[in-house]
Amino acid sequence: MTPIKCYPPKPPRVYLFGTCLVDLFFPEAGLDAVRLLEREGIAVDFPEDQTCCGQPAYTSGYQDEARAVAAAQLDLFPEPWPIVVPSGSCGGMLRHHYPKLFAGTPLEAKANELAGRVFELTEFLVHVCHLELEDRGAPETVAMHTSCSARREMGLAETGPALLARLGRVTLVEQERAAECCGFGGTFAVRHPEVSAAMVEDKSRAIEAAGAERFVTSDCGCLMNIAGRLAHRDSSVEGEHIASYLWRRVGK
Amino acid sequence: MSLETPGVQTFRPQAFHRQAHDALGNPQIRANFRGAMDGLMGKRREAFADWELERLRELGASVRLRALAQLPTLLERLEANCQANGIRVHWAEDGEAACRLIRELCEARGAKAVIKGKSMVTEEMHLNAHLEAAGIEALESDLGEYLVQLNDQTPSHIIMPAIHLNTDEIADVMHDKTGIPRTRDVDAMTAAARAQLRERFMAADVGITGVNFAVAETGTLCLVENEGNGRMTTTVPPVHIAVTGIEKVVEQLRDVAPLYALLTRSATGQHATTYLNMISGPRKSDEQDGPEEVHLVLVDNGRSAIYQDDELLDTLRCIRCGACMNHCPVYTRVGGHSYGTTYPGPIGSILMPHLMGLEATKDLPTASSLCGACGEVCPVKIPIPDLLTRLRREAVGEGRGNVPGAGSKRTRTEAAAWKAWQWLATHPAAWRGAAGVAGRLGSLTPSRLGPWSDHRVAPKPARHSLHALIKRHRSTTDEEGQS
Amino acid sequence: MSARETILGRLRQRLDGPLTPPVSDFAVMGGRGWSREERLRRFEAWITSVHGEVIHTPRADWTQALARVLADKGIRRLALGRAHPVAAEARAALAEAEVTLVDADRPVDAWREELFFQTEAGLTSTGGGVAETGSLWLWPTPDEPRLLSLVPPIHIAVLDAEAIEDTLFEAMERHDWAEGLPTNALLISGPSKTADIEQTLAYGVHGPRELVVLLRH
Repeated sequence: MTPIKCYPPKPPRVYLFGTCLVDLFFPEAGLDAVRLLEREGIAVDFPEDQTCCGQPAYTSGYQDEARAVAAAQLDLFPEPWPIVVPSGSCGGMLRHHYPKLFAGTPLEAKANELAGRVFELTEFLVHVCHLELEDRGAPETVAMHTSCSARREMGLAETGPALLARLGRVTLVEQERAAECCGFGGTFAVRHPEVSAAMVEDKSRAIEAAGAERFVTSDCGCLMNIAGRLAHRDSSVEGEHIASYLWRRVGK
Repeated sequence: MSLETPGVQTFRPQAFHRQAHDALGNPQIRANFRGAMDGLMGKRREAFADWELERLRELGASVRLRALAQLPTLLERLEANCQANGIRVHWAEDGEAACRLIRELCEARGAKAVIKGKSMVTEEMHLNAHLEAAGIEALESDLGEYLVQLNDQTPSHIIMPAIHLNTDEIADVMHDKTGIPRTRDVDAMTAAARAQLRERFMAADVGITGVNFAVAETGTLCLVENEGNGRMTTTVPPVHIAVTGIEKVVEQLRDVAPLYALLTRSATGQHATTYLNMISGPRKSDEQDGPEEVHLVLVDNGRSAIYQDDELLDTLRCIRCGACMNHCPVYTRVGGHSYGTTYPGPIGSILMPHLMGLEATKDLPTASSLCGACGEVCPVKIPIPDLLTRLRREAVGEGRGNVPGAGSKRTRTEAAAWKAWQWLATHPAAWRGAAGVAGRLGSLTPSRLGPWSDHRVAPKPARHSLHALIKRHRSTTDEEGQS
Repeated sequence: MSARETILGRLRQRLDGPLTPPVSDFAVMGGRGWSREERLRRFEAWITSVHGEVIHTPRADWTQALARVLADKGIRRLALGRAHPVAAEARAALAEAEVTLVDADRPVDAWREELFFQTEAGLTSTGGGVAETGSLWLWPTPDEPRLLSLVPPIHIAVLDAEAIEDTLFEAMERHDWAEGLPTNALLISGPSKTADIEQTLAYGVHGPRELVVLLRH
């Protein structure tokens, strides 16, 4: 069980750890996260030298390679500001796996210190920013897919839906077996493509069956997977990162 | 000798991909598992009150860890107290030694017919095949195990062995193999099996069962069950042989209470099973029933090797409830046989590599999206996803690990690819350059990405990376700030 | 070296060094604080939820309740002990009844066929009950052997209301089970059942298909 976390008051500055998937495939989601935070009067620092949290190698069994890449990230966040991550998966890597990865190494203390100020984006918006949203979008029925890492590793099953519930014109529906994995799992989708495909097929059908016109998620791996499946079937349901969705409906 | 019984449908972990492919394409298998797992998950959810679940899991974990921390001492205490109770204790280093030992115990009694209660450890060592090769018939008496044995199969779930079969298929098995008139009526089939097995209990020379908890303090063997076949097996034949892995010992009798509560609720959502059968010795001279001899066979079979390592040790906490498989999205879709191992699902994927070596089982630790559902429900808090990650590390490592077959999945190409990735991700300028190139080539990247795009549209790198977008955003906001 | 020495040696010379046993907090296993009514209500709710039947009876009249159960269910052959007060009182009360009393206090080999194929019900006493799980605990004796609660299709168990504890843990502790368990101790929660055929519940697969609890107040 994730220990209960004490949340700090709203800070003047934060770091953004953008994650490699956002960087390469969904950069708008990263930028929208910046815009949401700036809208709250928070200055966002994006250390330019950041690359990847190291998780792909870590979960594939290449721990030394993962540690080397993780070590390169440790130096990029020297000030004691919160580090906001628009992904439960990468957030979980930084918060829960970095301490294990560096245990017994000279970087242990540094990794632990960093892990202690990592926040997933929706967590930060709900618990630190106490975000209020004025919905300017058209009425829409939406399903939330919370990633397994956000839900189980970080204990954040509620924050995504809580944000959507604050959008006055959005009807939030819950798909059947909402807590079940979409089948992405990083290299799992590559090593076990057929099992992964069966999982994402069920997930995408459940989202459609719930009557959602759109699904929203806080993790780009799930987004790529589920939206990719829906598009492959020419479904009318589209997916979007929650940062972009929130910004689109309230920000502009 | 062959480990498999002739005629029995066999699955192998080496063929996981093919077996999973077959299962995924079998609508009957898919429906049977999906329906059953949905039911089991729902029952478990309802069985625990919010206030107690985490406290109970915490207690369960501490009971198991306390037992493991004192394992050699507790095994000696268990042995001494069992012996004081009249139970004869035997030790076996591996499955083959255990089979031999059990066969010799049977032969010493001139046994021809063995009746069995449910026991995964005897499945692990292929005991039935061994006994049958020696001319001793071994008949399963748990209804699910009985059906699976009649159908020349192995269990597909550790708690519900015949979960892969639906009522129609079972009706066929009962009709074809036992000659009863074909019926789909579950009560009628159950009654038929009762009648068939009653004869066999009475005729059996030896009863063989597993053990759920072996209590060191009192020399007591605890068996958890619903059907009563375990009680029959341990009471009716003149000899009872209990077989258990060495990790099943607990320190005190009171430790059984939380583990029992966790086991039954996690497995099937029951507050209690019909029977908790606690055996502390053979029939005493003034008693009317019960076996004349009770034997306890303590089987190592790889467990003492797992025990050496602080992280892997957690594997041995397992109380075999099956909740991890019930909640596993992979198991739910491919079913138990696809894994090709005695224990399927997440617990199998962290246990079987130790028993069979990573070379044979290398596809199992990766057969998980690391979604964490298994770890979340484990009643003794085994960090299953972390152990899966550890075994992946052992499989691709350079062979220095503590697991047999470590390094067997390592390929030079893959290792080099990760090294290249490491170089790129530790050279930020090169990373940004590569991202820029990927973005510019976005429209040129292949629209097919191997098996990914058999089922999904392939993602395209964005025209501008987040690095680039933020740079532009900064310059506009700075300009706005100046104007 | 024997297998025993090899195994114990490997466990003792553990590569990662000795382990420290954690302390267990058992508080969650007890302290329910239920009133007598609540305890009884829970016991009955749970045992009936798993197909057990509870019949309340004043202590003084319990053998009449037994006679009614036998009549209602058409039981003509009842196996029971002799020395235990439950068996003794039942024998006395049923002496004139139209039911054959089968002696259970004899070596089972002497009457195995009769037990397995002709006896319709077994009567036993109980050590007590557990409210939280709807369970009975039984310590079979030469007077009431193990198979008496297992083989006949109907098991009739006599339980005193004040012998019900809140939890299994408390039953174990209060009655000092660890100080002297019998060769076989049982916790019984309902009749024998299986869900091995497509998760459909069926009763009486190997043991009794009915469990009747005569709950004496």
